[in-house]
Order: sequence, then C-alpha cells, then structure tokens
Amino acid sequence: STLWANKSTNLQRGDTASTIDVSVLDIRNTVGNVPMEWYQDYPHIGYNLDGKKIFKPIRNKDELDEFLDKMENPDYWRTVHDKTTASDIRLTDEQVDLVHRLQKGQFGDVNFNEYEPSVDFFTNEVMIHPVTNRPQDKRSFIPSLIEKEKVSKLVHAIKMGWIKPRKPKETTPQYYDLWAKEDPNAILGRHKMHVPAPKMRLPGHEESYNPPPEYLLTEEERLVWEQQDAEDRKLPFLPQKHSCLRAVPAFSRFIHERFERCLDLYLCPRQRKMRVNVNPEDLIPKLPKPKDLQPFPTTMSLVYRGHTSLVRSISASPTGQWLVSGSDDFTVRFWEVNTGRCMKTLEVGGAVKSVAWNPNPAVCLVAVCFERTVLLLNPSLGDRLVVSSTDQLITAYEPPEEDKEQAVTWALSEGLEHNMGHRLTLTHPKAVKQVVWHGKGDYLSSVMPDNSSNLQVLIHQVSKRRTQNPFRKNKGLVQCVSFHPLRPYFFVATQRYVRVYNLIKQELTKKLMTNCKWISSMAIHPGGDNLICGSYDCRLAWFDLDLSTKPYKMLRHHKKALRGVAYHRNYPLFASGADDGSVIVCHGMVYNDLLQNPLIVPVKVLKGHQITHDLGVLDVTFHPTQPWVFSSGADTTIRLFT
Amino acid sequence: MGGLQKKKYERGSATNYITRNKARKKLQLSLADFRRLCILKGIYPHEPKHKKKVNKGSTAPRTFYLFKDIRFLLHEPIVRKFREYKVFVRKLRKAYGKAEWTGVERLRDNKPGYKLDHIIKERYPTFIDALRDIDDALSMCFLFSTFARTGKCHVQTITLCRRLTVEWMNYVVTSRSLRKVFLSIKGIYYQAEVLGQLITWLVPYQFAHDHPTDVDYRVMATFTEMYTTLFGFINFRLYQTLNLVYPPKLDSKAESELKAEHEEDYAMDSESYLEKLSALSASLARVVATAEEEENQLDLFPTEGEDQENMQAREKEQKEQEAQKRLFEGLKFFLNREVPRESLAFILRCFGAEVSWDKSLCIGGTYEVTDETITHQIVDRPDMDKQYINRYYIQPQWVFDSVNAQMRLPVEDYFLGTTLPPHLSPFVEEKDGDYVPPEKLKLMALQRGEKPVQEEEDEEEEDEEEEEEDDEEEDDVDDEELTEEKNLKKMEGTRAQGKTLAVKVTPGKVKPWETGSVGNKVRLEQEEKAEEKRLAIMMMKKKEKYLYDKIMFGKKRTTREVNVVAGPEMSSLCNNKKLINSRTTCVRGHYLFTWTLVPS
Repeated sequence: STLWANKSTNLQRGDTASTIDVSVLDIRNTVGNVPMEWYQDYPHIGYNLDGKKIFKPIRNKDELDEFLDKMENPDYWRTVHDKTTASDIRLTDEQVDLVHRLQKGQFGDVNFNEYEPSVDFFTNEVMIHPVTNRPQDKRSFIPSLIEKEKVSKLVHAIKMGWIKPRKPKETTPQYYDLWAKEDPNAILGRHKMHVPAPKMRLPGHEESYNPPPEYLLTEEERLVWEQQDAEDRKLPFLPQKHSCLRAVPAFSRFIHERFERCLDLYLCPRQRKMRVNVNPEDLIPKLPKPKDLQPFPTTMSLVYRGHTSLVRSISASPTGQWLVSGSDDFTVRFWEVNTGRCMKTLEVGGAVKSVAWNPNPAVCLVAVCFERTVLLLNPSLGDRLVVSSTDQLITAYEPPEEDKEQAVTWALSEGLEHNMGHRLTLTHPKAVKQVVWHGKGDYLSSVMPDNSSNLQVLIHQVSKRRTQNPFRKNKGLVQCVSFHPLRPYFFVATQRYVRVYNLIKQELTKKLMTNCKWISSMAIHPGGDNLICGSYDCRLAWFDLDLSTKPYKMLRHHKKALRGVAYHRNYPLFASGADDGSVIVCHGMVYNDLLQNPLIVPVKVLKGHQITHDLGVLDVTFHPTQPWVFSSGADTTIRLFT
Repeated sequence: MGGLQKKKYERGSATNYITRNKARKKLQLSLADFRRLCILKGIYPHEPKHKKKVNKGSTAPRTFYLFKDIRFLLHEPIVRKFREYKVFVRKLRKAYGKAEWTGVERLRDNKPGYKLDHIIKERYPTFIDALRDIDDALSMCFLFSTFARTGKCHVQTITLCRRLTVEWMNYVVTSRSLRKVFLSIKGIYYQAEVLGQLITWLVPYQFAHDHPTDVDYRVMATFTEMYTTLFGFINFRLYQTLNLVYPPKLDSKAESELKAEHEEDYAMDSESYLEKLSALSASLARVVATAEEEENQLDLFPTEGEDQENMQAREKEQKEQEAQKRLFEGLKFFLNREVPRESLAFILRCFGAEVSWDKSLCIGGTYEVTDETITHQIVDRPDMDKQYINRYYIQPQWVFDSVNAQMRLPVEDYFLGTTLPPHLSPFVEEKDGDYVPPEKLKLMALQRGEKPVQEEEDEEEEDEEEEEEDDEEEDDVDDEELTEEKNLKKMEGTRAQGKTLAVKVTPGKVKPWETGSVGNKVRLEQEEKAEEKRLAIMMMKKKEKYLYDKIMFGKKRTTREVNVVAGPEMSSLCNNKKLINSRTTCVRGHYLFTWTLVPS
C-alpha cells in the first residue's frame, strides 16, 4: 500500500503541475521511504519541501467514521489513504483508469504500442564473406591424445577383466529341478532329530459358514465367550450362520491368525514327548474271577435289631452259635446267630467299648469293657457242662500267700450280679478301650490309651487273677493289641507302627512301618505270619511278616476311614468295615510255599448299613466256622452276610 | 581320595542348550537378523526336560536353542550376506547424506542379494519332505497374493505369490487331485492329495484386507520369502511329473479359443497371460503332446488270504477315487457374477466340468449364458428374472457338498432361494461316542445307496410343521380337539351303521429283563461283569489308578460335551406336547428324528 501511495503522489505531482492551486496541494513529505511507524509517537509526520513539519491531523478517523464515510461518501471507493501525509486522496478518473489497466496486465501508458514491427539487427541470410576469416586449428583435425589415453586405459581394463559389463538385473527367481539328484547321504542326523511342527488344526463343523444349529452358541454361551480371555476360550471364534454364501463377510482376524502361526513356527519351543496310547482296559489288573474263589459272603441275610445306640463291638462264640455285642446304650446283648433272637440283655454301667468271647471252646466267658472296668461274664448260654465248668474254674482260685501290689483290682461278683452273669470285675486305673483274649483263653489283655504313661497295656491271667504291665516305656499312643495265635508273640499297634514283642524273651522282635497316618484296627492271620491293619486314612495294609517290615500290599478300596478288620479262622477271607457304610470282603490266600506271595483279590462289596453321624460300620467279625461275616454299625444294627 | 572337584553345569544337559541371547552373541547378529536366520533355516527353540538344570539353577523364563543348531548356523553363507547388506545400508545412508546421487545409483545397482536354493535343499533333502511341509507355504502365498499393492510388502512378492498360486491351482486342476473343500467363516479350505500327501490350505474370501497394526509384517515377509522359493521349486517338480511345460503355457488350441476381440484394450500381453492362466478355464500345454493320460491300473499280483482282502479294498478305493475325479464330467456350468468365480471355477474344473462366466466378469469365459447346452447355473441371489427351463439354478453350496460327499447330491435342496441345509466339515471323522450331526447320518445313508424315501414326507411335514409353529400354542390344542372330534364322529358314524366297534388289542411286549430265564441271565451276567471290573479297579496300583481315572475323566467329558450339543433339543423334544400324537416329526433345523409312539 505504501508503493501505491508513492505512485499516487508521483501522479499527483504530474497532475498538480497542470492545476492552479499548486501551493495548497503540494505537501510532499521528504522523509523518504521509511516506515511511518517511526513517527508514531510524534505530533508530526515528516517534513515538507520547505523543511517545515507536517503535522498529523488533529483527530484521527475511527472505525465509526470510516463506516459512515463508506456509507455516505459516493467517492469512497476511489479514495486512498496516504500514510506519508496522513491524508485521504480522491483518485481522479485518469488515475482510476490507470489502475484498471494495470490490473488487466496492460501497459500503464495508454499510448504505448506493443505491436510495433520488429527490425532485424543482423541479417539472417548467409553472406559470402565470413565475419572472421581465421583458419581452423590443427587440433580440430587430429584425434585427441588425452581421450585416446583414457580409452586405451578403459580398453585395457576391459581386456584384463577389471571392468565387467553391468549384468541385467534378474528380478524373477529362476526355478529348476532342485531335487534332480536326491542324495541319501544328505539326510543328516538333524533331519531325523527334527521335530516337525504340528499341522494347522482342521476345521470342525462349528467353523462352517452355515453350521448345523446345535453348533451355534446360545445367548448365555455367547456372553460367557465374550467375557472370557482369549486364551481361555474353547473356540477362538464365534460360530455364525449365514443364509447364503453371498452374505459371508471377511474374517477380521485372518492376518492375525496367519501371523500367530508364523510366530508358533519359529518361536514356540518344541519337545518330543512320548505319548503312550493306553487302553484303559489294559490297566485293570487281571485277577481270578470272584466266582472261582467261592465261598464268601454275598448277601445280607439277617439283621439283629435291639440296640438303641451305635454298636461298637461284636464277637462270636467259638462254637458259632452265639454272638455278643456291646453298644453305647450301656447294654451288652447276646444273640442267637441262626435266628437273630436276642437271648439276653445285660445292663452295664457305661458305654461298652469292646466285647470279646473267650476263644477256648471249653470255657464260656465273655470279656466286656466299659469305662474303667473290664467285666468277665458267664452268659450261661450253650452247653450246661461248659457253663458250670467255667464257674468252677473261677471259683477254684486260691489266693497266693504273698499278695503282690497289682495295677488292677480283681473283684469276684456275688449275689444279684452273679445271677446276672457277672463273674469277675477288673477295675483299671484308666478308661479301657479294648480287651483281647489269648488263643488259649487264659490270658487277657486290655488297652488303656494314654499318651503320657507307660501303663497302657495290661496282660491279665484269669486263672491266677494276676495282672502284669509288660512295658516299661511309653512308645506312643497304643491303638490296639493282639496275641499271636500260635506263638508267644504280642502285637501292639501305636499310631503309626505295629510292634511285635516276644513275650518269653521279653524283647522287641519287629517294628512294622504301616505308612498310615493313624491305625484304627488290626487283625492277625490264623497262620500267624500275616497281618492286616486298617487305618483312619482309608487304607488297609497287608503285612507279610516273613517278607518285610513294610506293607506287602496297600489297599485303598474304601472311600472313608476304616473302623474294623477281621480274618476268617478257616477260609482264606478277610473283611474290612469302614465309615462309607460298606464291608469289603477280600480273598486273601496264604500259601505254605514260602516263595509264593499271598494272593489278594477283593471279592465282594457288602452294603446295608446306613451312615449315621458320618459313621458307618464300626466292627466286623467272621463266623468261626461258616463263611459268614457279621458287621455292626452306627445305625444300631448288626447284620449278618452269608 | 583325590581328583578335581566336579563343577556344576559343565557337563550334561546344561551344555547341550544355549539361551537365545547367548546364541545371538555367538553368531554376532542383531536380533532381527537372528530371527530372520532362524526362520530361513528352520531353527526353533527346544524345551529342555529339566529346565532348571539347563538354566543353571535359575528358574527365570528363557528360550533355549540346541547348541548343535547354533553351531550349525555358524557356517551358513547367508550370514555373510546379512552383514554385507548391513554395510550396504550404511553406505547408502552415507551417500544420501552427502547427496552423492551417482554414488547412490551405483550402490543401488550393486545391492547385495541372496538366494535360498541351498537352504531349501538342505532343509528338505527329498522332494517328499518338501511336499509334506507345504501347507503353511500355500496358505501364506494365497494370503499374500490377495494383498493390495499398498506398501505392506514388495509388489514383486505379491505378483510372485499370485503367479505361484495360479501355477499350483493349474497343477491341481490338471492332475485332478482335489479331495475336499469346505466353506468356513474364515475362508475356503481345500484339501488335495498330491503324490500321496494330503495337503490342506486356506484361502481368504475376496475382500480388501483391513491391515492390523499389531502384526509384524517383516516376520511374515521373511516367511514368504522362504515359502515362495520352496513353492517355486515344488511347482517346477510337479509340472515335470505331469509332463507339463514350466512356466505354464496354455494349450495352443485353447489359446486361440481364448483370443478375445478387444484383448488389446483389456490389458498388456504379459499381464493378460497370467489372467488367462488364472481363469483356469483352459488346459495347459504339455512337453510331449499326449491325447489323454492313460489310466494307470493297479497291477494284479497273485495274493492269498488277508493280502487279497487288502488288495480288494485298495482296488475299491482306487475305483472310488477315479469316480470322484469324474464327478462333474459332462456337466456344463455357468457362474453368475455374484458367486466367487475363482474358487468355483477351480473346483469345477478339478472334477472335469466345463465352466464359463460372463465376459465382463473376467477374461476366459468360453460360452455365453444363452448357451442351450448349459446344465447348471450357479446363482447366489434370491430370484432370477429370466430362467431357462433346461438347466438347474443352484446355489454354490451344492458344488462344495457334492465334492465332499463324492457324489452328485440331489439338487432340490439347493435350488434358487431355498433355505440351504447345513454345510458340514469334511475334515471331521467321528469316533464312536462322538456326536454325529443328523445331517451327516443322512448323508452316510445316501452314500450307502439307501434311498431317502422319508425325506420327501419329512419335508412335507416339515412345511406343515412350520406353518403350525407359526401359529401359537393354542393351535396345537385346537388340533388335538379337532382330532378328538373327528374320532368321535367316526365312532358315531359306525354306531349309526349298526356295526360293532372294532376294538383292537395289541399284545404288550415284555421287556427282556423282566422275563425269567434268558433275560435275567443276561442281566446278571452283565452285572457280574461290572462288579468284577469294579473290584479289579480297587486292586489297581496308585499310579495306574491315577492314569485310569484321568482317561476315564476325559472320556466322560467328551460324552458330556456330546450331550450338551445334542442335549437341549432332546430335552425340549421330550417336553414337547406333540409327542402325544401318534407320529411326530421334530424340526431341528430341517428334518430329522421321527418317533412312533403307540399310546398304551
């Protein structure tokens, strides 16, 4: 805009020459082409031709003035502001015309003719006389030596093979028969050791664009799928159904899946794993059929009802005619085995923990233990001669001269108690848990579990009314004890071990490691060389005493804690009762041949007892002659399986 | 006593393995180069048996390579090429920095490259090895050939992939080795049997790709580099086995046929040739011109007993295969423009059909829609305006299902606009105990040659059922009432005629286990066996018991899953009121399950 202003002042000057009032209009600024902002802070704006200050107009135009001017002044469009003089100049018609012409790209001067005829300065015709008459140089005829040298160098380099022609770039790969000569030696060890990557999984029906409807996810399944992490999902995609092929969209994760496959191929560690394809049927051991191992109890034939609380212990008479049971309802009941009839009920002063019938058939005695007492009863059942001879045996006792201090007080029952059947009462210092007879029927052992003293096991001799404490030391909480059926051995089961003592030599002969957490019961094979242990951690351990101190066989066939185990006296059978309410009868054949290991085959699972208060079967015992098994349970019944 | 104290981790498995970082340092390569080398040479990490021992007592997660593998890489000539390339890049950068354009040009001309031929030969010493490993190569090349030329990878790679896949498809067509096809939601699966090897590949549907950002294309490009080399050599060898010219050339006769009028307008000569090849509508030129490949018959050897049976089975199989190869022979197809042309043309040509398409769709169509001899037209639209009476208008799924069934399926289910039957995967082989979709059962019956007599009835009923189901439950009740009323009317009618009502008494069947002698015995025996098994399981050793339990658990789970798949329908069926009717068909998708219940 400053340029414009200058131009207009120049024009003005031309104009003013022709106008009359020269002195008034000629207010040219002499400061030259300097930024007018320099005079911002001064009252003047420059100097005129006479060297006088040109003063700024007193009042500047503001926006409003400008606007009004724009609206009212018809010449506003041709008014230009001159910054150098700070005045508005109205352009004349000629000036406006000039502006228009310049805007159109025409010459400023109206009179300039741009199409005047051109005049050649030099002629374009070849004249006979040259401008210069200098002869050509010699070098323009002779080939250049320098070039020759250069070329010969290149030729030499090519000859010597230093410079090679540029090979055409081969972009497309060339294929040929790569395997024309298949060399068997090329198959190296590494090819044999190569673990090929598994192939891509082949698609199932659910991947179809139009799958059967049962493969589509339901609404809930779809929601679950969406909420799962990508690794947890069973299907990596959502099955979809499209009505026609045209409607199938692109699979959005296609490139992802290919890329993941690539990653798997070069990043995933590989390992050769031997996977044996096992037929599960082959894992099941081949055992003789139970049918061939008969007889064994198969069905429940009798239920002995009468007790009102759980029946802790049962024992059969040596003749097999009677059965005694002790219960938590403070009673001892005598049953006839074949009829299931309760012959006798005896009230005792506490919950009966254990009952044991004297194994000697010539004696009719039953040991019952409750609280701190062991009671010897004569049930007066069976042969009268035997009953009376038993009474005579007890009364025939003569006290010795010197009375020894005993751990137990022996008391003979009289009067009413005698009529009820009580014969001898052994009062113990502590609560008694178990009583066991020796095979001959004269010795009796009782167990008083106590972790802190050596007085846990006592052996009583009935004929001499004598009691001994065989152990000087406490070797742990005694769970149960047992006599060897033939030899003078004594078995003591503590929580985890079974110790075998020689009673004559008075020494420890063996210590059996049961691998159980807590032994609950124990039974000795009538041959005396084998032993089974039931434990509260659902195991049954069979020990072959000749073989090892570790179990020969560990059976985990019960689901819950074992409570009782028993051997049959004649048949190769043993049974175990557990809290799962079942009695499992196994065939346990022991051979006379020392080289042959015992054969153990489970033959029958007997069920019948109801589980009450998480307790099932509490005790099992075999019939002395028949292949029958009795079991007593927490459901207050005793059952006979034949 | 004496000797040196043995140090830990200086022998045994600790020295057989090497961590990735150590391997990289030993090879003096950057991680990217190491990765590239591993991909090209097919080296993969190994999982040691005792990780802690190998990791020198540490349990930090590390990837281990076999030390032998890394030693094997040390002598690889391609490693030197990698280094040369690194130097080249450095020089080029320098030249750019100094604006030495002649230098840049010279460097570019001498850009170091490498070939992978020797690696392929080394990795796959025999041709069959290579062929076994081609699945991934095929899928990858088919994917890359569909990429747009937008800079995700080199244009040369894309064209090369396209060329190789076209060659492969032409080979499969000529050798007629396609076996199974499957339309999945991911793409189209193909399975071919080439020289006794089953080769499966997946081709995406023809759409522009939405390129993900979390995918490293360099890795994919390296794989593709290796795969294209492998694939090219395999193609060469395969063409050689069939006596075909490689690179493939069209039959001279076919070439003249395919000569279009305005071909110059269509594309450049070099480009249109690949297009013509990829149209798959013409046969290829052979090195030695033979009329047709003669049937190679199985030689007969005098055999006995079991061998003979095997022989017969093999012969039968061969025959079936031959029949499958000629599945569509003699049929003339026309593809509408909305169906996937390439895949259908490929499949149809693989089984001997003639195929053509609209001229505006692609080069290579040999006849027009108006051709009267066309037997099938494949359409994928709800309706057509102009239909010819002497051809079937079928949906593309018919082709796929027929190939999988190895027989021409009845076309009725696939007509224009009908609801298609489900498309099943041919790759699933059901073991006993697995769930078999009823459609498959039906198909198997069809393959055995049983006539689907019921089907028509079923379909009719299905239609009725659908109508019924459209109405509400009230309708059902009405129906029952109606039938009852009808029965009553009938009875009244007979009474009026003065005849006694014919009362039918059907003898009741006694269930086998309720009869005394035979059934009881069978049942007892079964029970005894079960009991025996249970008791024997008790005697199992702990280890074996664990294994046994695991196997049984797996078996039970599969049956449970099968029940889940088949379950809801079954249970809903049982609740269905319509079971009261004497004959009920249940619509599960389409047709199926027929019950006949006699009201007792």
